[in-house]
Amino acid sequence: MDSLLEQIERGTLWQFPGGVHPPQQKSLSNQQPIARLPLPDKLVLPLKQHIGANGQLLVNVGDKVLKGQALTKPTANWSLPVHAPTSGEVIEIKPMPSAHPSALPELSIVMTPDGNDTWCELSPVSDLNKLDHKTLIDLLHNAGIAGMGGAGFPTYVKADSHQPIEFLVVNGVECEPYITADDLLMREHAQEIVQGIEVMQQLLKPQRVLIGIEDNKPEAIAAMKRASAHNTAILVRAIPTKYPSGGEKQLIRVLTSKEVPSTGIPADIGVLVQNVGTLFAISEAIYKGKPLIERVVSVTGNTIGKPQNVWALIGTEIKHLLDCQGFTPVLEQRVVMGGPMMGFTLPTVRIPVIKTTNCILAPDNQELAEPGDEKACIRCSACADACPQSLLPQQLQWFAKSKDYDKLEAYNLFDCIECGACSYVCPSEIPLVQYYRVAKAEIREQKLDQIKAERAKERFEARKERLEREQQERQNRHKRSTSRSAKPDAEKAKVADALARVKQKQGDKSAVQAAIERAKAKKAADGSLEPDNSEVALERALRKEQARLYKEQKTSEDAPLAENAKEDSGKKDAVTAAIARAKAKKAAQQGEQENGQPQPQASEPETKKSDDDPRKAAVAAAIARAKAKKAAQQGEQENEQPQPPASEPETKKSDDDPRKAAVAAAIARAKAKKAAQQGEQENEQPQQPASESETPTSDDDDPRKAAVAAAIARAKAKKAAKQAEQENEQPQTSTSESETQKPDDDDPRKAAVAAAIARAKAKKAAKQAEQENEQPQQEQSVQDAGSTDATPQTPEQKRQAAIKAAVAKAKAKKQAKEQEGNDPS
Amino acid sequence: MTLFYALIALGSLALIFGLILGYAAVKYRVESNPIVDQVDAILPQTQCGQCGYPGCRPYAEAIANGDEINKCPPGGEATVKKLADLMGVEAKPLAGGEEAEPVKTVAYIREDECIGCTKCIQACPVDAIVGATRQMHTVIDDECTGCDLCVEPCPVDCIDMLPVEQTKQTWKWQLDAIAIKQID
Repeated sequence: MDSLLEQIERGTLWQFPGGVHPPQQKSLSNQQPIARLPLPDKLVLPLKQHIGANGQLLVNVGDKVLKGQALTKPTANWSLPVHAPTSGEVIEIKPMPSAHPSALPELSIVMTPDGNDTWCELSPVSDLNKLDHKTLIDLLHNAGIAGMGGAGFPTYVKADSHQPIEFLVVNGVECEPYITADDLLMREHAQEIVQGIEVMQQLLKPQRVLIGIEDNKPEAIAAMKRASAHNTAILVRAIPTKYPSGGEKQLIRVLTSKEVPSTGIPADIGVLVQNVGTLFAISEAIYKGKPLIERVVSVTGNTIGKPQNVWALIGTEIKHLLDCQGFTPVLEQRVVMGGPMMGFTLPTVRIPVIKTTNCILAPDNQELAEPGDEKACIRCSACADACPQSLLPQQLQWFAKSKDYDKLEAYNLFDCIECGACSYVCPSEIPLVQYYRVAKAEIREQKLDQIKAERAKERFEARKERLEREQQERQNRHKRSTSRSAKPDAEKAKVADALARVKQKQGDKSAVQAAIERAKAKKAADGSLEPDNSEVALERALRKEQARLYKEQKTSEDAPLAENAKEDSGKKDAVTAAIARAKAKKAAQQGEQENGQPQPQASEPETKKSDDDPRKAAVAAAIARAKAKKAAQQGEQENEQPQPPASEPETKKSDDDPRKAAVAAAIARAKAKKAAQQGEQENEQPQQPASESETPTSDDDDPRKAAVAAAIARAKAKKAAKQAEQENEQPQTSTSESETQKPDDDDPRKAAVAAAIARAKAKKAAKQAEQENEQPQQEQSVQDAGSTDATPQTPEQKRQAAIKAAVAKAKAKKQAKEQEGNDPS
Repeated sequence: MTLFYALIALGSLALIFGLILGYAAVKYRVESNPIVDQVDAILPQTQCGQCGYPGCRPYAEAIANGDEINKCPPGGEATVKKLADLMGVEAKPLAGGEEAEPVKTVAYIREDECIGCTKCIQACPVDAIVGATRQMHTVIDDECTGCDLCVEPCPVDCIDMLPVEQTKQTWKWQLDAIAIKQID
C-alpha cells in the first residue's frame, strides 16, 4: 500500500459522493480574451466586501484620490482596506445598495473617475526571500486581498495559518455553468498565478501544491502545466467535470482523499485552498505592488451581445458592464450575480462589482426559466443522491418547514454548502436550498440572541450586586450617624409634623391620617433599590391600553363627536370615556404647540359638556385629566403672563371632578415612592433656577429634617406646586373642598381603574411640567417684563395650594376607605 | 455466630455506603433548583419586569413554583412554547394580548434633548446607558435589551425605542417575497 503522498504523486484522484451534471454553457464566454472596459462614470465602493469588519475611513467627501490609494485603514477583526480603483474624486460617503441578495444598504464610498487613471506610488518587491513572514502577511493585508472564489475570506488570515499545512490546493475548478473567469485568467496569466503560488509556498511551506482544474478546460490545464514546469512541488491535476467539485470540501476530497470534519476548516486536516484569482491578486500585490482593485468578471447569458470576460474595476456598477457588452433586456429580465446554481437575482443593476463577484449572468427566459410552483415532495430521494455532503435534504426540508431547529442541527444542516444540487434534481421543484438558508439564518439569529441574553444576564447580576453593596455601605453610614442620636428625633419629628399638618386641617381624622402618613414615610424610607417594576409595568399596560383605544377612536373622532357624546346615554359611558381620552390626548398635543398662545375656542364646548350629565363622570374625568395636563403646561407661563381667558373654564373642570380625589391619592402614593429615589439625586444637583422658586416652600418648612423626610416633602411640594399653578389665577379655594365631599356614587371598581389611569396620566403631566420648569421658563423669565412681579407670589400661593392638596388627598383616601367598607354590605 | 458475622458484614457495608453517599452529597451538591436555571436560560433576559417580577431570574423562580408561563412579552410565543415544553404544561397565548412575535427594539437617546439627569441610567437594568450628571447620556446599543424601563423615568421624554435595524448579517431569505426588479 502506497502512502497518501505517493498516491497523490502518481496522480490518483478520489470521488466525492453525489454531484450533478448541469449543462456547461461555458463556450458562450470563453472564446474571447479578457477585455478592458472604458472607465465608468462613477464607482461605488462598499467598505465591507469580505467576511469580517469594516476598515476605518481615511478619506472625506471632496478628497482627490489616486489609483491604488487606500481609502480605508484595516483595524482589528479581519478587516481589510479598500482602494481607489482609479484616480478621481470622492463625491459621497453614504449607504448604498450592496451586492447581497437583500441589497440592504451598506456604507460605501462613491467616487467619480477623473479619466487620468494616475497610479499612486507603488512599492513592488523584487526579491521575495528578503521579506520575513510578518512583512509578507502585512503586504497581503494592506493590499486588501480577500478570497475571490466566493466567500471573501481575508487571505492574510488564511496565509497566517498556525496549523501546519501539508497541501496547498489551488482551486481552478470553476464548476458552475456559464462562469469562465478563472479559466480565462489561467490561460492568460498562468505565470502570475504560479508566482502567487510561490508566495504562498514561502508563507505556508506545504509539501505539495495541487492545482485542480476541471477537464473541460484543456487550455487552462496546458497553460498552468507550462507555467509550473520549473517547480516540482506544484502538481496540476485535471479532475472530472462534475458539479460541485469546485466546492472547497469536495475539491480537497477529490485531490487528497481527506475529508474536512464537520464544523471544521481545511486547515484542521493540513490543507489550505486558494482560488486562482486570489493567487493572481497576491502576485500583483507582491511583485507589482498593486492592491486588489480589479478582477475578472464573466459577463454572459443569451441577452448579452458580446458575452465575454472583462477586467472590471471593483466598484463598477453592473449596469456599466451590461451596457458595455451589449445587453438587450427581454421581458421579465433577470440579472444574476454568480452562477445559475449558487448565484442570486439582483434586485437592481445599480449594484457594484465587489471582490467576490465572478459572474454576471443575464439569461433569457428560455435558458434559465423561473422556477415553477413548488409541488409536494414525493420522497424520491433524488436530492439525497445528489448531495455532495451526504446529507439528507428531504429530512432537512421537513424540519425546516416545521421550524424544528434542534433537529436541523442534529441532521447537520450547517454542513450544507448550499450548492443547489438538491434543488436542481428535485422533480417537485422544491426550492430546498432556500429553506435551508432561511433555517440557517434563523438558527444563527437564535444563537446570537442567546449570547446577548447571556451577556444581559451577567450585566444585570453585576448591577444587582453593585446596588446591594452600595446599600450596605449606605446603611453602615446610617448606623454610624444614628449612634450620634440624630435619627430618632428626625423620625419622631417627621411623624409629629405629619400629625400636625393633618390636625391643622381636620382635627377629627388625625388618627387615620397619621397612620397613612406613617405608612407613606415608611415606604419612602425603605427606598426601593431597584426600579419598582410593578409600577412601571402597570403604567406600561395602561399606556398600551390607551394607545389601543386611541387607535380605535382615531377614525371616528372627527368633527361631530362633541355633540354626539353629549347626547349619549349613560350606558355608553365607556365609549364616551374612550373618545374623551382620545380627545384629551389630542388636546394635550395641541396644548404643547400652542403653549403660550391664546387657547383656541374650539375646546370650550367639549369641556362644558362634561358638567351636563353627572353620570358621565368618566368622560369628565378623562377630559379633566387632559386639561389638567395642559393646564400644567400653561400654568407655568400663566404665572408670569396675563392668562388668556379661553383657558379659564378648563382649569375649573380639572377641580370639579370627584374622581380627582382618587387621582390625588394615587399620585401622592406614587410620588412618595418616587421621591425616595429621586431625593438623593436632587440633593446633590444644583437646582435649576425655575424649580428653586418652588422649593422654598418645602425647604423653609423643614430644613433640618432627615434626608428622607425632606425628599418626601419636596416631592409633595413639587406636585402641589403644579396644582397650585393651575389654581393660582382663579380663586377656587372652595371647589376642591366641595368636590371631595360629594359622595362618590359610581361603581368602586370603575373608580379603581380610573384612579390607576389617572395615576399614569398624572405622572406624565408632572413630567411635562417639570420639563417646562427647567427649560423654557428660564428663557421666558428673562424675556418677559411682567414676570418680575408674578414670581414672588408663587411660594405663598403654592403653600396654600399644598395645604389644600393635602386636605384633598386625605379626604379622598378616607372616602375611598369608607366606600370600601360600605360596598360589600 | 453466623448471624453475628452477617450483622457485622452488613453493618460495615452500610457504613461504607453511607460515607460514600454522604461525601457525594457534599461534593456534588446542586447549588440551586436546576429547573430555575433551565427556565432562566429560556427567558430572553431583557430584565424588563413586564412579567411583574424584578428581572428574569425572579420570574424563572416563580415559574418553577407554578406561576403562569405566558407573562413574558419580549419572549413572544416562541418563549411560551419552549417553557411549555420544559414545564410540561399547555402553551397558552401571551397574557395581555401581546403580539406573538415582538419587534426587537433598542433605546435611543436624542442627545441634544438630554438634560443629563441620570434617571435613565438608574433605571437601566443592564447598565447599558453611559453618562454623568448634567452630561449627555447615550445608549450602548449592543448592550441594550430593549426593555423600555428607561423611557418612563426620562423627564424630557428624549428616549425613543427604535426597532433594531436589519443588517446583512441578520437578514433572512424570504421564501414568500415577491421579487422586486428594476432593470433600466
